[in-house]
Amino acid sequence: MASLTFEKVTKRFDDVVAVDALDLEVDDGEFMVLLGPSGCGKTTALRMVAGLDDITDGTLRIGDRVVNDIDPARRDVSMVFQSYALYPHMTVRRNIESPLLVRKYHADGPDREARKLTRAERNERVDEAARVLGLGELMGRKPAALSGGQRQRVALARAFVGRPQAFLMDEPLSNLDAKLRAATRLELVDLHRRVETTVLYVTHDQVEAMTMADRIAIMSAGRLQQVGTPQQVYEEPANLFVAQFIGTPPMNTMPGTVVTDGDGGTDGRAGIDVGGGRVPLPLGLATRLEEGRPVVVGVRPEHLHVTGDGPVEHKVRAVEWLGHECLVFGSIGEAPVVVRQTGMARLDTGGTARLAVDPADVHVFDPDTEQRLA
Amino acid sequence: MNRSSRRRYSPRELGLAALLLAPSIAVFVAFFYRPFLNLAYWGTFESRRNGAYFERVGLAQYREELASDDFREGLWHSVQFVLYTVPPGLILGVLLAVSAHRRLRGIKVFQAIFSSTLASSVAVTSVVFLYLFNPQVGLIATDWLNDPGMAMFAVSLSSIWQNMGLAFVIVLAGLQAVPDEVMEAATLDGYGAARRLLRITIPLISPVLLFLLVVLVIHGLQAFAQIDIITGGGPVGATETMVFKINRLNRPDNIGIGAVYSVGLFFITLAVTAMQFVILERRVHYAR
Repeated sequence: MASLTFEKVTKRFDDVVAVDALDLEVDDGEFMVLLGPSGCGKTTALRMVAGLDDITDGTLRIGDRVVNDIDPARRDVSMVFQSYALYPHMTVRRNIESPLLVRKYHADGPDREARKLTRAERNERVDEAARVLGLGELMGRKPAALSGGQRQRVALARAFVGRPQAFLMDEPLSNLDAKLRAATRLELVDLHRRVETTVLYVTHDQVEAMTMADRIAIMSAGRLQQVGTPQQVYEEPANLFVAQFIGTPPMNTMPGTVVTDGDGGTDGRAGIDVGGGRVPLPLGLATRLEEGRPVVVGVRPEHLHVTGDGPVEHKVRAVEWLGHECLVFGSIGEAPVVVRQTGMARLDTGGTARLAVDPADVHVFDPDTEQRLA
Repeated sequence: MNRSSRRRYSPRELGLAALLLAPSIAVFVAFFYRPFLNLAYWGTFESRRNGAYFERVGLAQYREELASDDFREGLWHSVQFVLYTVPPGLILGVLLAVSAHRRLRGIKVFQAIFSSTLASSVAVTSVVFLYLFNPQVGLIATDWLNDPGMAMFAVSLSSIWQNMGLAFVIVLAGLQAVPDEVMEAATLDGYGAARRLLRITIPLISPVLLFLLVVLVIHGLQAFAQIDIITGGGPVGATETMVFKINRLNRPDNIGIGAVYSVGLFFITLAVTAMQFVILERRVHYAR
């Protein structure tokens, strides 16, 4: 087990910068999810850890060891691929055993010389991996005779059997159907808790990130946007990108102008004018923002409440009822805004609703830098 | 193979099947089965007085000629030619394909060069090699073509060169069907380049390799033009392969013997091909 450290790690393909000066520390034993839209550089970052892509610039460490120029097989990491990448001509047992057959291991303790495992040691490890992942009766089959979920478990077993310093996972759930994906999420978390190995997990699916990660690192256009626990990135997004990437439906954003009451207090007058009314300023922000300053206001759909005397007017365009909740689509001023309500909304399409929001639930961003102000 | 799905076909379906197969059956009958039966029939006639007339001798001519020293010599030369041309051509083709199967600037140029041998006709290639071997002006100025011990090897070189191109093209196509992620998984598992080639790549392209082996062996057994052009069967008959001998026998006074040789070569080729399938197919992995 070991930590993974990116220090200004950069990857350029010709003129394209895929990963731009990435600084990230994955702690020993941590489940870190690299999250971002496709093309954001998250898979490239993962492949650099594996050694499948060269590092253009910067330093990458596994534990204390700089691995920039170390052969993939000698980095002591294992990877689960999106397609699982099982060897189609080998049985399940052979697939799982394969790293043990070709690699050397420090089986006699870290200070002794690495050696090939004996047949008995190999069998013991393969059987253990098979037991943990419930592959018992499948061991003699070839991958073609397995379902998607079974193949996925074989790929996990193959990654697990060598007891590596870190697991790298590249969208391992994306080829599973929704039900199996949900079940496998829980299994992965469970597996991680048991083996306590560092995991770097790449996905574009925020649900996977939110449910499995100890911490999430959000990337966009090759740059790291924010690192934090699921709660931190949800409650305090560092910038507009993170704010809108995390959460379904995404956070509502609307341009607004700061209105203060002159003495830094928050009496009835102070707030942010968003066209359809005035949104309250988060506590403490009023003293830092001057009157008339343009900002971008962000409010999550579930933080907008329909009340008879709410300060903001919402023009209702459509209501979607999903059973346990409903989504009210409409606009505040010119900005499209979605409201999430539990139960059934008693609102007329084409009418208006008055909305209220708690100051603690208001996010304020700078319109130029897109960074969080509060 | 799944046999449980077998069922009886209705007369209507059988009629449709026959109708759809009819064109290809007609072509095969007209240009293969009937000529082949003709040939087998000719083999039962022995020529008299230098082909002035023929006498029907039945299978006697088959028994006599297939056991003759000349037939055996031709067969041995053909086997030699196959052994000289197929394994090196195949191995070189695989190695070239594996080394050219990567994303590199300008790799297409090399891929085109390596496959160019496929685009040259046997006749052109043979003439080129004939000049290469020319004792006065050739690059490989040796006397191999006049040395009964070396002539077969020398004449094989042009075919190795050609087989390599065919193997290269087909293996490269096979490699492109192997998922990158499988090779990357092997790299991370700790397979070095050589192990990866032997334990992962070769098994994954084994259907392609079996196909190549069968095709190249058949080509080898049928080789004629390169021998006719480069050595003319010499020196002292050292490069007279089966088809070369059949061609030499293709005269009225020997046409019966030529027919016997042809039928003999057909069944030998059939047997060798069947053997390759039976022995090797078990080791071939067909991806599904």
